[in-house]
Amino acid sequence: MGILELIIVSLIKIIVIAVVMLLTVSYLVYFERKIAAWAQNRIGPNRVGPAGIFQPFADVLKLLLKEDIVPTAANKQMHTLAPMIALFVAFSTFAVLPVGPSFTAFGKVFSFVVADVNIGILYVLALTSVGVYAITFSGWSSGSKYSLLGGIRSSAQMISYEISMGFSVAGVILLAESLRPIAIVNAQSGWMWNIILQPIGFITFLVSAFAETNRLPFDLPEAEPELVGGYHTEYSSMKFAAFFLSEYANMIISSALIVTLYLGGWQIPYLELLNLSAGWVVILQVGAFIFKLVFIMFFFIWVRWSIPRFRYDQLMNIGWKVMFPLSLLNLLWVAILAMIL
Amino acid sequence: MLIEYLPIFLVFGFAIIFAIATVFSSTIFGPKRPTSEKLSTYESGMKPIGTTHDRVSVKYYIVAMLFIIFDLEVIFVYPWAVQFKRLYAELGISIFFSMLLFLVVFEIGFLYAYKKGGFKWD
Repeated sequence: MGILELIIVSLIKIIVIAVVMLLTVSYLVYFERKIAAWAQNRIGPNRVGPAGIFQPFADVLKLLLKEDIVPTAANKQMHTLAPMIALFVAFSTFAVLPVGPSFTAFGKVFSFVVADVNIGILYVLALTSVGVYAITFSGWSSGSKYSLLGGIRSSAQMISYEISMGFSVAGVILLAESLRPIAIVNAQSGWMWNIILQPIGFITFLVSAFAETNRLPFDLPEAEPELVGGYHTEYSSMKFAAFFLSEYANMIISSALIVTLYLGGWQIPYLELLNLSAGWVVILQVGAFIFKLVFIMFFFIWVRWSIPRFRYDQLMNIGWKVMFPLSLLNLLWVAILAMIL
Repeated sequence: MLIEYLPIFLVFGFAIIFAIATVFSSTIFGPKRPTSEKLSTYESGMKPIGTTHDRVSVKYYIVAMLFIIFDLEVIFVYPWAVQFKRLYAELGISIFFSMLLFLVVFEIGFLYAYKKGGFKWD
């Protein structure tokens, strides 16, 4: 494939993914509000359009037309840089995650991934670490006590859970013998999903993913009763929207990562027994990925409205004294499993 | 092949442009009517007291230091994990015990930090 062709194909994929991502974020917010309303016996947004389905667009439009307030106590450059980092991370992480298998059409090979690099998982972990800077910078630069406390808490929380996340991922790459996300999915063909082979690793990764995305029960950085809005207390208009958007985009990325690493990506067990044509197989497999992704995202929302928030010392205790040893145990278990198999 | 990293840079370029456009869009579209009250720091309606650039609890620094140590440990595990199956077929069980020894040495350090109260929050 020539370089020009690669650039054009990649740009098309990037734009498609960005549009899909923005739409998914909009409707994720909408469904979160609807599910919250359902969980709390309310109606939820129902004014803009039928059953409120245009609510996300109204929200974005409202934020776009709001005044951009930068407090005098804030460090202007850092205050502007922080939401940019958050958005940058949210929109570049998805590039390595495969949505479906590669297929051949019109004599060319197409794949459902922007960049099929052999360090894919390291790339994801590196970018999520960069995401910590967005929250730290925003907390520090706002010049508000709530923001500072939220930012510091959040960075301590995120780096604590990154360790158990790293060890859980080590178990996955041990079985797949590769850091390439497509190879990891291919290694889980049939029923060899990592959730079945290493359930402890799945649980530690899931909990770490909740902590990394600052979702309840780990949303200490923006614990409303004590810290008002946490690190984005002093943000308004589209800068606030940037944080909001990146938070939900990170939720999508975490869900996609969970599906890729533990739920077999696009794999459907025993699909080959049905003798379908190649086109249908691709469509069904992409559908399977989207189905799993939606289920995990629903799980994120479900947990948020079911479980109360942890206290900060409990959060750190779970991170260091429970999740870290458990993820180590999981790694040993996977190594023994690899020796037996 | 290095060419497979080209899409990554395209994604970076796109993400940077998108981030800058989003953050500055409301400076273009939004109104600008700053007042001193509006630009003051939010502190539940009270006048802000004290400074934010104060000392931070030492526990956060301890967590940061422990993070560096244990995250480095994770990085040491990755190459081993990627090569494990191949090396096991070649060298046998010793490849498992060599990493086990490394992890045990590290976990002694972990237990030491635990006993010293490095993870205590109260």
